[in-house]
Order: sequence, then structure tokens, then C-alpha cells
Amino acid sequence: MGADRPLAAADAERRLADAATETDAATGTADLEALARRGRLLVMETVAHSGAGHVGGPLSAMDLLVALYFRVLRIRPDEPGWPERDRFILSKGHSSLGLYAVMAMRGYFPVEELLTFDTGGSRLQGHPDMLLLPGLDASTGSLGQGLAIGLGVAMGTRRRGLPSHTFVMLGDGEVQEGQVWETVHVAPRYGAGNLTAIVDRNGLQQYGWALEPGEEHRGSRRDPWAGADLRGAFEAFGWRVLEIDGHDFGEILAACDDVRSGSEGGVPTAILARTVKGRGLSFTEGRAEWHARVATTAEAEVARLELAPAPAAAGVDSP
Amino acid sequence: MTKPQRDVWADTLIELANENPNVLVFDADLASSTKADKFANAHPSQFLEMGIAEQGMVGTAAGISMLGYVPWLSSFGIFFSNRALDQVRMAVAQTHANVKIGAAYTGLMAGLSGKTHIDISDIATMRAMPGMTILSPVDAAETAAMTRWATATPGPVYLRLAREGGPDVFGPEYVFEPRRVVPLREGTDVLLVSTGQQTARTLAAAELLGREGISAGVLHVPSIKPVDELAISAAAAAVPLVVTVEEHTVIGGLGGLVAEIVTAHEPRPVIRIGIEDTWGESAPNAWLLERHGLTPERIAERVRRVWNAE
Repeated sequence: MGADRPLAAADAERRLADAATETDAATGTADLEALARRGRLLVMETVAHSGAGHVGGPLSAMDLLVALYFRVLRIRPDEPGWPERDRFILSKGHSSLGLYAVMAMRGYFPVEELLTFDTGGSRLQGHPDMLLLPGLDASTGSLGQGLAIGLGVAMGTRRRGLPSHTFVMLGDGEVQEGQVWETVHVAPRYGAGNLTAIVDRNGLQQYGWALEPGEEHRGSRRDPWAGADLRGAFEAFGWRVLEIDGHDFGEILAACDDVRSGSEGGVPTAILARTVKGRGLSFTEGRAEWHARVATTAEAEVARLELAPAPAAAGVDSP
Repeated sequence: MTKPQRDVWADTLIELANENPNVLVFDADLASSTKADKFANAHPSQFLEMGIAEQGMVGTAAGISMLGYVPWLSSFGIFFSNRALDQVRMAVAQTHANVKIGAAYTGLMAGLSGKTHIDISDIATMRAMPGMTILSPVDAAETAAMTRWATATPGPVYLRLAREGGPDVFGPEYVFEPRRVVPLREGTDVLLVSTGQQTARTLAAAELLGREGISAGVLHVPSIKPVDELAISAAAAAVPLVVTVEEHTVIGGLGGLVAEIVTAHEPRPVIRIGIEDTWGESAPNAWLLERHGLTPERIAERVRRVWNAE
């Protein structure tokens, strides 16, 4: 399965993308919901096609990524190096496929190209490679590095007098890396109000710790920050913190508006976005084993049924 | 005695920044050791303190380089080639970022700081990294020339800087060219190949050998990578014995580089003088050089022994 689906869906994909970019933010988020469903299906089908890749992280981050690329980021997909653009760095680089699916829907490259994911010679490497794919603002993969790079970009755009805002997405497991805290410490010293960290708090890491007896959690393993005050940690270093539901487009868009308008204050912001790992599919939600797994034929069929475009996505044909 | 390389590096950057607002210096709280403090005083708005946080510093420098800035990094070599190596690998080398690493206190003479701070293997580590340029100057003139060249040339550079001053080998007219190796002395019996400040001591060793009737040439390798392999193999072809001498482990450094080239093109014995698979220690510089066989007398003694056994 999988091989012909993204190809068949490509045209509908572009129409969805066009519809979204033409929709004013005030008119609602039904288009974003449809794009996120389609993006999740592209992730499942691409992994099934390539036989490898991460699922849980791309699915938890999908609504955030769709909101960023279709509403928040000031970008020009046909001019990826536009100097005044906002920057986006996927520090949790193993969720590359989620980013690729959204970039394809947004018009950076043909949706068909997703079929090359993880194959030799592809621009779509397992972890994002900025030298290969125009539109990527950093190469990431070794965890914990994206925020430091993002601080450098934010300092650089400000020194150049550019209006750009830099968003860096981290995983909640990734934030265990010590290097993250080096930058959390330094960014406020440089008044990096044009830097926003978005933490995809899906509550699961690849293996992590087992649940304590009787412990309840939205995932099948312990929260990476169980027993720790992540919000308080950022705040203690001088960051502004917004906590949102990372699957609620209204909250995502409001938070992103907030950080942009608040960037003059010189205080970097952390958006702690509560998400569900593997979000959008009944059999992947909250399951740690779906960090990186390939769908069986039966699972892929369920995915297609569950992620079918909703009739509400007006004017868009079902593929 | 020449001006210490760390001072030359900082003074040259001050001059460059006078003309070029894109030249920045990032420091991980060692500016008073690396002499980046001179730059901080001269160009405070182009000096960015990152705290004791080398990994973050490397990433942030890679990020700002994307906006056309030329960030130079100030810390000890050991912290780039070890602690922040993953950041140098992924954020700098793999993206060909225009980041310049000012690797201070390289070699054996790290100011009585011992094995924790003596970097015995930075050449080996950095040399194995695709796309990384590695420069190892012998004296003040070469340090200044390399600092200027690296600032003007896109891409990652690892510049090895010695803490102490040493003899001048080149004059102010010296021009640095990447890849080039520099013959400093002709010889028909033995070719001594050296790099960094060690080259000056190796040159002195060749003079000692000459007095004993062993004709020793000296080839200085300031550009460890990229390097002119053909020139090294041609120089090796002219003598029956090749000896490498470096303030670095004999595993994978200059000795490894020369052995790889010579065995491929002009097979003959290559003797590697350097740190024999052991760590450094806290001791006066003269003691360390003696201990590792890197004084002119000890080099000459080792070469003589090998030569007489041949």
C-alpha cells in the first residue's frame, strides 16, 4: 500500500493548501483541521512506503506545524531564502516527516516527493538537512541543539534589523538534553524576544521510565518531566511561558500572535503545548511503541478510514 | 621570542573588526586566557559572552553565521574537540557553517593544567571530520596570516593556537596558502615533518643532526587539512626515512596523516614522534617536552638511533 496514495492525493493536497492560505484567520480553522488530517495520513503512508520512520512525534506535532506553516510564519515557499522570513527550526529532527508533509502541502516541493523519504539521494533525509532541502533553516537530528542555533539566528536577524521571528520546536523528551538549558540561560541575557521555543509536550519519549504502580498518565509510559516543574524551570531563567492545548488551533494561533506582539519586550517565550503522541489515530494515540513503527497493511487501512478528509472541508474533493 | 599566538590571534581580529562589522567573537568564559578579552575591550558590541556553555556557544555561532556574520569562537581546544564535538559536527561541519574555531591552549603546553586540559588528540578528531579545515601555525606571522585567511574564507576552520610564545620562523611578509606544505630545510638522509610550534624545535633538531653528519630536511605542515598530498609524497620520495614530530598523540594526527600518504605513494619507514598513547599531566613546559621526546636534543637522539639501526 501507500505507494500510489500520495500521488493520487497530490492534486487535492495542493487545493487544500491553496484554500488554507487564502483563508483569513478570522474565518475559522476548518481548513487547518483538514490539512492536519491529510498531513497525518501522509506521514502514515510515507512510513509504510519507506518501511521506516517516526510516527508518534510527527503526529503529536502536526497541528502545531500546520498552524505555523499555514497561518503563523511569514514565509514565501517560492522564495525560501527570503531574508525577512520568519525562521522555523525543528529541533526534534526525528519528526522530520511531519515537517516534510506540511512543507509539501504548503508548496515547498511536490507532495509526490514524499515517496523518496529515506531513500538514497533524496532531499528528504531521515533528519532535516538544510544543505539539501531549501526552506529548512537548520540541520537537526542530534537532540538538544536546535534552540542554540535558533538563538544565533534570532540574534543575527535582530542585528541585521530584520523583523523576523524565530520559532524552535523541541520535544519534551529532548528538553532533557543539557545543551537546551545552556541556551535557556543565555537567551534572556541577550533580550531575545524574537525567539520562541515550542515544546511539544506529548508526554512520551522513546523509552523513558515505566509508570509507577497506580500512576495515571495520558501515555503508556511516564511523562518525561514527571515530578518536575517544566514551566517553573523556564520561568526561573527569565522566560515567559504560555501553556496551551497543542491540538486546539484557536489556542495555538492565539499563543503565536501573543509571542509576536510581545517580542519587543526582549523576553523569549516558551510555549508548552500539551499534545498526545500519535495523535489522530485510534491505535497510535498515547502509545510509546509508536515513537517509530511501520503500520501493518490492516493498520494503514484503518488510518485511511480514520483520516479521510471530512466533508466539512468545503470545495475539496476526496481523493 | 615571538608574541604568543593567542595574543596575535586577538590582535589580528581587532584589526579585522575595525574594517568588518561582521567579525564577531563568541566566548565561553575564557576570554582572559584566550586573549579574546582584548577584543572585548576593543569591540564590545562585536563580543558575545556565552558563559561556561561551549555546546550552546557552538550552536549559536552556527545560527548567527547564517545571517552573514563571521563568528570566531574562544575557548580551549579541548572543549571544542571533546565537549562540544557533537555540536561542531552537526551544526558546523555538516552544514559547512562559516564558523571559526579559535582553539586555544592546544598542544602539550596548556599552562600547568594537566591531563584534563591537555588536548592530545584534536588533530586526529578534527581530521576525521569531512569539510573541516585544520590549521596549525608555527609562529606569530603564520598565526596572523591564518587568522586573516580564515576570516575571509567561507566555511568551518579549526585554528590551533599555542599558549606560549616561540621562535619566529617566518617574517611579516609570510603569505598563507591552504594545502601548501613549507620546506624549511633541505636534507638527503631523513625528512622531518612537523606542525604547529613544534616545527621550530624540529628545525633545531635537524641542525643538531646535521652537525653529526645526518642530513635532515624539515617540512612544515601548517595546513593539516586540506593538505598537498603530492608535495608530501614527493618530499618523502627523496629520502630513505621519514620522521613525523608533533605535540599530539602518535595515533591519527600528523603522523597518521603522513603515514597514510607515504604508504599509498612512496612506501618507506615512517617513524612517528609524539605522545605515546598516554595522557598529559601538570608539569612545566620543559619537563613535558622532555618527557615526550619533543626537545631538539631528544628528537635528534631518536632519529640518530633509528638512522644507525637502518
